[in-house]
Amino acid sequence: MATRRPRARLDDLFFRVGTGAFAILLIAAVIGIGITLIQDSWLSISTFGWQFWQTDYWDPVAGKFGARPFIWGTLYSSFLALAISTPIALGIAIFISELSPAWLVRPMVFLTELLAAIPSIVYGLWGIFVLVPFVRYLETLVPQWAKAIPLFSGPPLGLGMLSAALILAIMVIPFSSSVAREVLRSVPQAQREGAYALGATRWEATRMALFYARTGIIGAVMLGFGRALGETMAVTMVIGNSPQISWSLFAPQYTMAAVIANEFAEAADELHLRALIEIGLVLFIITLIINVISRMLIWSMGRQRRPAPRRRSVLKEAAA
Amino acid sequence: MIRDRWRRLLSNVIMMLCGLSVLIALVPLALILFYVVSKGIGSLNFAFFTSMPKPVGEPGSGMANAIVGSFIVVGLGAAFAIPIGIICGVYAAEYAGTRIASGVRFAADTLNGVPSIVIGMFAYGIAVLPFRQFSAFAGGVALGTMMIPLIMRTTEELLLLVPSTLKEGALALGATRARAVFTVVLPAALPGIMTGILLALARIAGETAPLLFTSFNNRFFSTDIWQPISTLTVQVFFYAISPYEDWHRQAWAGALVLVGIVLLCSVAARLATARMERMHRGG
Repeated sequence: MATRRPRARLDDLFFRVGTGAFAILLIAAVIGIGITLIQDSWLSISTFGWQFWQTDYWDPVAGKFGARPFIWGTLYSSFLALAISTPIALGIAIFISELSPAWLVRPMVFLTELLAAIPSIVYGLWGIFVLVPFVRYLETLVPQWAKAIPLFSGPPLGLGMLSAALILAIMVIPFSSSVAREVLRSVPQAQREGAYALGATRWEATRMALFYARTGIIGAVMLGFGRALGETMAVTMVIGNSPQISWSLFAPQYTMAAVIANEFAEAADELHLRALIEIGLVLFIITLIINVISRMLIWSMGRQRRPAPRRRSVLKEAAA
Repeated sequence: MIRDRWRRLLSNVIMMLCGLSVLIALVPLALILFYVVSKGIGSLNFAFFTSMPKPVGEPGSGMANAIVGSFIVVGLGAAFAIPIGIICGVYAAEYAGTRIASGVRFAADTLNGVPSIVIGMFAYGIAVLPFRQFSAFAGGVALGTMMIPLIMRTTEELLLLVPSTLKEGALALGATRARAVFTVVLPAALPGIMTGILLALARIAGETAPLLFTSFNNRFFSTDIWQPISTLTVQVFFYAISPYEDWHRQAWAGALVLVGIVLLCSVAARLATARMERMHRGG
């Protein structure tokens, strides 16, 4: 006995250090992504400085690198996608968590998950051959007088901001709606019962639940925003890939992820490659910030509800 | 009274809109599946799986090299992501309260949110630049990096679901902590972890962006992990943006295979989960 104890303690120490080393490796890997990107793009950062993000002219052959149109395209397409997807995603979350009969919940969750599981490249393929022609047709329906509005100016190409925003919206819906659904589920039932007892209609009770869950809902929407910012293939295939800053929904534009996907493998010039990595670095930083904030919001919702399920499980154990 | 009626009307209208939004979301899903199946099925034949890509117009063209390539790259990714993911998950579950555990949890969530194209750049930086060579290995590094957080989080969650009495029993019999975890707790959670791995595989098998400049592409049949390799997703991309009708058909067929793989994985995972739930309820 006396000889066994220290041995066991030593084994436990090995176990802890051994598994801990992998955990630290993973933490180091995430930090490593940032460091690698900074290192690999340093040439571009030191050559162009802030100029890089303040000029609009992107011509790798002439050695001119201005990345502002890409930031614009990424932010504009993601905001448009959110504007389209948020009401729909919330509607789905409300339907599943508040309205739907119990037998319908599982199949519907499965279908929305399926929407999330379809590979980005398949969305892109469908986008090129089905969505873009449809959008082109829609664009030809816009009457001449409406063309004066900046939002609808330009020829009806199909390939452009509108197609990109639509496809992004479709791709973001399952993410936002599944998180929003979880958040709504964490609202205590008593909250709704109280509202009903006071004579509230279904919508009024739901609105109460939405208000209770507001931080989590904002987190869900932001999580979708982070997804939209980094989405690459589908957007690359339908946005038209033309670096310009325009409010027009019809204009072909470009995003940060798309320019990397298109030019990275063929970037022969050192500076061109480094400039693309700098774009990747900024994309990394933006999505990192968005994700951290949204996780904190969702997490703060989760903390409020923790005690409830635990109490229920204790009861169940006592009954068994 | 009028106010009441108005309130009820508003409630019904909004609830109807919620139902409508479900339909709106299902329309693109149905359309995508319809087009992928109807356009893909015509070009999908035996040759698609067994023969090599041929120049435009020549019949009997296939994607044999890309299909094999996809399996190699995904397999490489899984080979290094599964052990790392599981061990990190074990640590996070076993030492849940420690600072490193919250750190690794945070790191995994962060990694999960990093755009796949940025992960590709990271893999380019550590696995392509040093060797001055695109390779299947670099593609595996990229996909594996994406897979780790998914596997780690499932492992952690499922380990915490295993009743603690099981582990306490093992410890009481004199097992060390490592032994208790690896021979008692982990096997109990294994079916669930396998499900998680299946879902993670389904997700990375459809990835294209991180492969564009890591495993790149290869017109020939290659199984050398230090050479560029063709993958299904990248091949579909290049075919889709090509101007040839013939290649578009190939792209649809490739998309059908991809969707088939993804569907198969998620349905299998779903069935496994349902069975486990039944077992839990029964026991």
